[in-house]
Amino acid sequence: MKRRTLLTGLGGLAAANIIRPASAAGTLVGVTKTEIKIGHTCPYSGNASSYGIQGKSHAAYWKRVNDMGGVAGRQINFISLDDAYNPAKTVEQTRRLVEQDHVALLFNQLGTPTNSAIHKYVNQKKVPHLFLSTSADKWGDYKHFPWTIGYAPSYRTEAQIYGKYIKANRPNAKATLIYQNDDFGKDYLHGLQDVYGKDFDKVFVKVVTYESSDATVDSQVVTMKDSGADVLVTAAIPKFAAQVIRKTFDIGWKPFHVMSNVSASIAATITPAGPEKAEGVVTSQYLKDPTDPEFKDSPDMKEWRGFMAKYIPDGDVTDVGYVYAYSVANLMHIVLKQCGDDFTRENIIKQASNVKPVALPLLLPDMMAHTTPTDFRPLKQLQLARWKINTWERFGEIIGA
Amino acid sequence: MNANLSRLLRAVFVVAALLVPLFFASGYQLFQLTLVVAYALSVLGKNLVTGFGGQVSLGQGAFYAVGAYTAAILMEHFDVPYWATIPVAAVTTGMVGLALGLPALRLGGLYLALVTFSMAVSVPQLLKYKLFEDWTGGVQGIVLLKPDAPFGLDLNPDQWLYLFSFVVGAALFLAANNLVRSRIGLAMRAIRDQPLAAEAMGVELARYKTLTFGVGALFAGVGGALGAIAVGFVSPDSFTIALSLTLFVGMVIGGASSISGAIYGAVFIVFMPNLAEEISKAVPGAIFGAILILFMFFAPGGIASLLEAQLRRLRAAR
Repeated sequence: MKRRTLLTGLGGLAAANIIRPASAAGTLVGVTKTEIKIGHTCPYSGNASSYGIQGKSHAAYWKRVNDMGGVAGRQINFISLDDAYNPAKTVEQTRRLVEQDHVALLFNQLGTPTNSAIHKYVNQKKVPHLFLSTSADKWGDYKHFPWTIGYAPSYRTEAQIYGKYIKANRPNAKATLIYQNDDFGKDYLHGLQDVYGKDFDKVFVKVVTYESSDATVDSQVVTMKDSGADVLVTAAIPKFAAQVIRKTFDIGWKPFHVMSNVSASIAATITPAGPEKAEGVVTSQYLKDPTDPEFKDSPDMKEWRGFMAKYIPDGDVTDVGYVYAYSVANLMHIVLKQCGDDFTRENIIKQASNVKPVALPLLLPDMMAHTTPTDFRPLKQLQLARWKINTWERFGEIIGA
Repeated sequence: MNANLSRLLRAVFVVAALLVPLFFASGYQLFQLTLVVAYALSVLGKNLVTGFGGQVSLGQGAFYAVGAYTAAILMEHFDVPYWATIPVAAVTTGMVGLALGLPALRLGGLYLALVTFSMAVSVPQLLKYKLFEDWTGGVQGIVLLKPDAPFGLDLNPDQWLYLFSFVVGAALFLAANNLVRSRIGLAMRAIRDQPLAAEAMGVELARYKTLTFGVGALFAGVGGALGAIAVGFVSPDSFTIALSLTLFVGMVIGGASSISGAIYGAVFIVFMPNLAEEISKAVPGAIFGAILILFMFFAPGGIASLLEAQLRRLRAAR
C-alpha cells in the first residue's frame, strides 16, 4: 500500500473520535451532581516559585468551602498545576486541565507571558478563563476575548494614577523611571505617557530598564541619580524594587519615590531592603495590609486570620500575597453562587461578567468589584500609601481610573 | 537473529510507535508527544556535539529559540506555510551554529561551555531588544495558528502535527544514525577520545568540531521550529537558560553517546517534572533533583546504556 492511501484509510478511523457538540442548553463540562472542577496554574518551581503561595492559598480556600458544604451541594475539586512560569509549560498544563481533567473553568492562572500563551486557545475552546493573576491591561478585551476576564487594577491604570498625582503635586518635577523590560513594565511607561503626553520626554529626564534575569539594578540606580532627578518611579517586581530602595538610600539620593504596588509586599520587598531605608516611599493599594493597625479588628480581617490559623497555619500572615488570593477566591465563590444550579460554561461566563458592585473581603473600605458584559476589569480603584515607621500609611482619597 | 528480520521488526516497531498514539491518545497526550519529538531532536543535536564530539555545550536552548523564532517569524510576517519553515529553520540555526562555533571551538574545552552558556543567557534579552521588536514581537511574543491537516485528511490538528513531527523526527534520527556511522562520525569520535592521535592521522580538528557544532545546532533548530508550531506561541520567557539546562539534563539522563538516548532523555524531561509535581506541590524542584540523583546512581551511562546492558544480559542468557 502506498503511504498516501494508508493515511487516507487511517483517516477514516480517526473520524470515530468525534467531539461531542454543545447542546442548545449550553456546554456542561467538569460538573456533576456532586462536584465542580476548577483548574489553576502557577509556578511551584523555578525562579518565580515564590508566587506558589497563591495556589496554596486557593487550595485552602476551596477546602474550607468544601468543609462548609461546597457550592450548590457540590464539592469543589481544585486542580492546581506547576508551570514554572514557562509559557510552553503553561500551554501543556492548561491543555491537560481542559482536555484530560475536563475542568469547568480556569481560575486565577498566574503570569502575563503564561496567560498570553493560552489566551487564544481558551477562547477558541470557550473555557471561562477568569480573574487572572496578572494586571496587564489586555485582559479587559471583551470584544476579542469574550472568555477572559482580569481582576486587579491594571498596571496602566495604576501608572495613570501615579502620573496624575505627580503632575498635581510636583508640577516642576524632574522625573526618572526604571521599568522591567516586558509587558508589565511597559504598561507603566504607557500609563505615564498617557498622562504627560508630549511633555513626557521633558519631565522624565532619564528612563532606564532592567531584565527580570538581571542580577542587580545598582548601576541603573546610580545612572538615575546622576540625571539630577527629584522624582523616581520604580516599576519593578519585589526583588528589584528592594534593590532600588536599598541602593537609593545607600548612595544618599533622596528623590520622591513612587513604586509599583506589586512590590508593596513587606515580606518580599521592604524587609529585604531594610524598613528604615524605605521611609517615604509611595505606592498604591487596593487590599487591606494585614499589618495595618487600623484594620486589626475589622470583621473581614478577623475572618481571614481565622482562615489562616486553621487552614494555613505555617503561612506568613504579613504577606499580602495571601490577602490577594483570599479576595480573588471570594469573587470566584460569589460568581459560582450566582450560577444557581446552572454550571454550563455559558452561564459561568455570563455570571462572571455580571457581578453587581460588591465589597469583597480584604479590599480597602469603599472599594468595589464590579463587571458588566462590556467591562471585564473587576477592580479599577486605588488609594495611595506612604511607608512610614514600619507600615503603609494610606493618604488621600480612593482614586478611580 | 537474521538481519532482515531484525530490520523488519524495527520498522514494525517504529510504525506502531507512530500509529498507536495517533489514534488512541487524546489531543493533550499527542501534544505532549509532539513536544517529546521536538525536545528529542534538540537533545540529539546535543548528543552529537557532546556525546560523540566531546565538546561541552550549554547553549542548546539558544539554538532551539532561534529555530522557534525563525518558524514563528516566517509564519507571522511572511505567510510561509508551517512545513516550509522547517528547512529554513534548519539552515538558519545551522549557519548560526557554524558562525558561533568557528571562534568558540578554537578555544575548546571549558571555554566553549562558557561561550555557549553566555549565548543561552543572552538570547531571551536579544529577543526583547528594540531593534528586533518588530519581528520578534518583543516581550509579547508571537501567537501562531495551529495548522490543519492537508489533502483533506480526516485528522485533527493535534493528530496531524504529531504525524508531521514524527516523520520529520524519524528522518533526522535516521540521518544522525548514518552520520555517526560514517567516516565523519569516526573522525568525531577519534577527536573526542584521542585528539592528538586524530590530528596525527590527518583529521582536521577545527573543521570537524565546527561542523559537528553546526549540525548539533541544526537539529536543535528543527526541534525548536516543531515545538513552536505545536505550542502555538513563542516568547522570550519560553527560552530562558532553564531550557538549555533541561536539554542538558535530557542528554545526560538519556545517554550522551547514543542516538536512541535522545528519545529517552526527551521523554524524561517532558514527563518527569509532572511526576515530581504529583509527588509534592511544595517542593517539586527538590523531588526532581532527587529523581535525577537516583537515575545517575542506577543508570550512570544514561537510560540508553542501561537498556543495552539489559538486552545484552538477555541475549547472553539465551
